[in-house]
Amino acid sequence: MTDSSPTSADTSLADLPVGAHALVVAVELEGPLGQRLRDLGFRTDAPVQCRRRAPLGDPRVYELAGSQICLRRVEARSVRVRPVATGQVAPE
Amino acid sequence: MSAAPIRLGLVGSPNSGKTTLFNALTGLRARVGNYPGVTVERREGTAMIGAHALRVIDLPGTYSLDPISPDEAVVRQVLRGEIEDVPAPDGLIVTADACTLERSLNLVAQILETGIPTCLVLTMTDELHARGGELDQARLSDALGIPVVGVVGHRGIGLEALKGLLPDPAAWDRPAIPPPTGEAERQAWVTSVLERVLSKRPGRSERSEAIDRVMLHPVLGSAVFAVVMVLFFQLIFAWATPAMDFIDAGVGALAGASRGVFGEGFLADFVADGVISGVGAVVIFLPQILLLFTLLYVLEDVGYMARAAFVVDRLMGSVGLEGRAFVALLSSYACAVPGIMAARTIPSPRHRLVTILVAPLMTCSARLPVYALLIGAFVPAINVLGPIGLQGLALLGLYLLGVVAALVAAAVLNRTVLRGAAIPFYLELPPYRMPPLRLVASQVWGAASAFLKRAGTIILLTSMVLWVLLTFPRVEPPADLSPHAAAAYQLEHSAAGSVGHAIEPLIAPLGFDWKIGVGLVASLAAREVIVSTLAQIYAASEEDEISLRQAIQNDVYPDTGEPVFTNATAASLLVFFVFALQCMSTLATIRRETNSWGWPAFAFGYLLILAYGASFLTYRVVGAFA
Repeated sequence: MTDSSPTSADTSLADLPVGAHALVVAVELEGPLGQRLRDLGFRTDAPVQCRRRAPLGDPRVYELAGSQICLRRVEARSVRVRPVATGQVAPE
Repeated sequence: MSAAPIRLGLVGSPNSGKTTLFNALTGLRARVGNYPGVTVERREGTAMIGAHALRVIDLPGTYSLDPISPDEAVVRQVLRGEIEDVPAPDGLIVTADACTLERSLNLVAQILETGIPTCLVLTMTDELHARGGELDQARLSDALGIPVVGVVGHRGIGLEALKGLLPDPAAWDRPAIPPPTGEAERQAWVTSVLERVLSKRPGRSERSEAIDRVMLHPVLGSAVFAVVMVLFFQLIFAWATPAMDFIDAGVGALAGASRGVFGEGFLADFVADGVISGVGAVVIFLPQILLLFTLLYVLEDVGYMARAAFVVDRLMGSVGLEGRAFVALLSSYACAVPGIMAARTIPSPRHRLVTILVAPLMTCSARLPVYALLIGAFVPAINVLGPIGLQGLALLGLYLLGVVAALVAAAVLNRTVLRGAAIPFYLELPPYRMPPLRLVASQVWGAASAFLKRAGTIILLTSMVLWVLLTFPRVEPPADLSPHAAAAYQLEHSAAGSVGHAIEPLIAPLGFDWKIGVGLVASLAAREVIVSTLAQIYAASEEDEISLRQAIQNDVYPDTGEPVFTNATAASLLVFFVFALQCMSTLATIRRETNSWGWPAFAFGYLLILAYGASFLTYRVVGAFA
């Protein structure tokens, strides 16, 4: 296991480093846009990992609920997440 | 009860195996149409199960019944029976990818709320096991209170069990307790169901991971993307050409043969030049459409298209488009017709519309004969930089002008005409899968037959009308003219010739005379037709491009003796062709894809204004330097 321990410092999904794990805190977006992100699985306490980024830096691929979802920075910014250590989100 | 056939709706998220199941149930007996008033495609088919003929409605893929796009809104409206002539289904088949069950269960919960009898089809169960997951189907059926069938569509596993169930949706098990309502309640319900049925979550797909390490690698991924796109373009361009030449020759031979049957006269001319070449103008696109859609659907179904869109999204995003638009625009280099049809893969209606509206600016192959004629006649064949010729540079410049214009137009359209609610860009990267050939074949056939039926009729009609305009009224040419000159005389006095004369004052500021005007009118059929029309006007033999080149170089205005085709006029005409939407096939395709006459009219209008403005400017600027 690596160093990073649970932290209370929430951040946005867009600022999650590639490879880092996190738990979704909330989608801070009203209306249909936020609804769609929740439909895609961005719900409170859902484990998410930033997997990679496109050659030009944006968009990035996130692994969530067994699928790989690709979001642009502008949408990913509205997803609040709490970074966690890898082991905490291993499949139960 | 026995009178109306049972209607079953097929619902599921994108990539859940819905279309594969639809094809497995209905074979190739799908009817494709549109829902009234929207551009959403409506697919229905008949499943023959024993003596029962069941109507199966393939609803657009959706993640939720809270719609954010017209496609998704249709799903909800159909389930509620809100669309005229589309009764609510008697039963629903929900497809769910076993590997992403959590997401699918949210949709299932919403669907159970509708009260329509529902059964769940679990797809990709083979993949779930390969990825180490374990799922108890009997428990899932208990937990949901509805029938659950595991189906591996392309192998036919589970299909018989499903077919046994389908004819009698009224008898399906219904949930004993009311389904959850509201987001929080649904979420808790999904979690509890998952805990009961999913004893082991699937791991990552190792195969997909390995492939993605190359495909999405910052450097390798870009290289793969470039190679795939170059091959894609090359195949559509190069592979379709022999088939298109073959069709062209076949249409020519058929037209010749019809003259043998009908002899001389209007009827023979009409059949040969109006009807047969009109049919030819439709059929000539088939090789490109079949090839393009085969490639497109294979790449899409395999899972690469989503990766390509991911790699290039940033570039397209800078002009307000998205990654998936790249393929449509690239295809438009061969021809805007398949390019516009390729825009179907773009889920956001606004992005799709912008892509359709700018696709005609990409330099299609029909512009090449026009460019070749004018560049050959007016750009000196000299080398400027070592082996690089000025003529080639001129051609490159025209291509670049088209691309830049398309990107600028996209950015402007996004900020003006099509401003408004955006839907977020999201893209699922599905695991790599081998698509069943049957699935690809049925998708390609669907696209090709839709083109033939919808766009084909309009193209044929326009072709016949243009023939009439170019032929009537008949006047008797002076007796001493050669056959070529007599044809030119008749063309000048035809309705199209009159139009050419009538619009001369309008196009004079661009440096065009009435002869070019006739060519522009005729080129509405297809851009390259201006070359054969000019050949006819200049009484040159169409086969002999050199003589046409000389004829336009030597042509002078009768009153002033000034040359008609100055460098400024030639440049102005070239620029006009970069912009103008002189192509009825493209217009017919836009009409078919947007299900409206408004958008083809808009596309024609804005591109005509652009063409006029740019030509005017070119004529002045080049004229000032000459």
